[in-house]
Amino acid sequence: MAEAQLPVSVWSPGEDVVEVRRAPAPGAARSFTRAFLETLRGLKTTFARVIEGPVTIQYPEEKVPVYPRFRGRHRLHRFEESGLEKCVGCSLCAAACPADCIRVVAAENTPEHRVSAGERYAAVYEINLSRCIFCGYCEVACPFDAITMGHDYELSDYDRSDLIFTKEMLLAEPLERTPLRREDE
Amino acid sequence: MMLAPALVGYAEPWWIQIIKSIVIFAVGLQLVPVVLIVERKLLGRFQGRYGPNRVGPYGLLQPLADIIKLLTKEQFRPRTAVGFLFALAPTLSILTAVAAFALIPFGDVQHIFGTRVGLYGVDLSIGPLYLFSFSAIAFYGIMLGGWSSGSKYSFLGAMRAAAQLISYEVSQGLALLGVIISAQTLSLTGIVHAQGGMWYFIPQAVGFLIFLTASFAETNRTPFDVTEADAELVAGYNTEYGGGRFASYYFAEYLNVLVVSGIVTTVFFGGWLMPFGIHPPGWVDPIVVLVKMAIITFLFIWVRATLPRLRYDQIMSLGWKVLLPLASANALLTAIVVVVTH
Repeated sequence: MAEAQLPVSVWSPGEDVVEVRRAPAPGAARSFTRAFLETLRGLKTTFARVIEGPVTIQYPEEKVPVYPRFRGRHRLHRFEESGLEKCVGCSLCAAACPADCIRVVAAENTPEHRVSAGERYAAVYEINLSRCIFCGYCEVACPFDAITMGHDYELSDYDRSDLIFTKEMLLAEPLERTPLRREDE
Repeated sequence: MMLAPALVGYAEPWWIQIIKSIVIFAVGLQLVPVVLIVERKLLGRFQGRYGPNRVGPYGLLQPLADIIKLLTKEQFRPRTAVGFLFALAPTLSILTAVAAFALIPFGDVQHIFGTRVGLYGVDLSIGPLYLFSFSAIAFYGIMLGGWSSGSKYSFLGAMRAAAQLISYEVSQGLALLGVIISAQTLSLTGIVHAQGGMWYFIPQAVGFLIFLTASFAETNRTPFDVTEADAELVAGYNTEYGGGRFASYYFAEYLNVLVVSGIVTTVFFGGWLMPFGIHPPGWVDPIVVLVKMAIITFLFIWVRATLPRLRYDQIMSLGWKVLLPLASANALLTAIVVVVTH
């Protein structure tokens, strides 16, 4: 009892008092009417969804367009005029890769066998896409814009070893183009 | 228009009755998958999605796929289950649902090939009483199923079903009393005939709303699906059921929806009667009834898509504090009006 008699300093919330709107007291006819009217409002809301129609995107048939800067599966590029590979096998992408999923083995270009525009070319260029985190550092690191992040995101496979993409696979055009979002979309 | 109980209804020869019962059961059996797919499609639309659309054209074969899947599944039961009752309970559910379906009049007495045939399973002089007795037995299907499963969730579901039953059934009966007093008959065809002037959902609007609310509870659908309450009780009374037995429960549930919409159609929406004084030939009657039933079923699905589940005590207070006094007042008022006007 002694505690109750202690002077209690009443904390004032000051100006920041917000009045809480509460439901009417239960048990009254008012609350029943309210429940009924709110039910009707709910029915209106759900029926409006029917009129709006479904918002589902039927995925395998319909695809969501990706943004131009979307970081999907990597692509390797060639020069358009000469058809030579842009990659010179410098391994900067492999050095930049935080997931350590790129493997590059370089080889010398010879006049008879010329693959890239530079002195050397990538004899082996592999990306293990089961490890890749799609950060895009390889793209940033590349001095020749030889590797860029593409738009493909359907990368599931039955076997992990099938997810190691070789140079030929990365150079090839994707079988199915991922729809691209327009600027204003 | 006072009808003596003995004059009500028309009893055909026994062989017509057998054919009739087969036809009505077959129609009911065909309607259930239709309601199933329509419900799933509509629920999808109400939630801004498509619903099943992969099996067959527009997903229309989905119920068939569901049924085949369920019927080919293994029958199993928990070790603690009471075997005999566990098997009996879904049968009881389905039996009562079909028995109640016999009551719905799809049309008047017609002359088919020179024989007089009533387009209903049976026209009883105690129609609503028959309905209530069978819906009370249907509750045993849920109760026994939940209890004999030997599982806590099932048992809780069954207990909730019992508590729910006592809170809605009285109001449901009293809500129908107003109509019975106005029609002065207990025969469902008699009630339809009595609606020649005006369908009962206008003068008996309160009774209609109470009966509809109680019907949601009777069919264990949202907002009164505490017996199933998938969020809290896994699946309530049918948690331990699988395969064909679960299919039976499922079938009974949807047949109950059809039965209730049939009863609402008959009692409040003039059964086979058309509005605006249109008198079509006799063969149109079943179509009219089916269309009206479809509209009521749509309402059921609509409400299911809209309202959240009521708490256990909210159902109690709704049943006892709102529906029961309203239904009593409605019955009393109707009685006074009928006595004064006659």
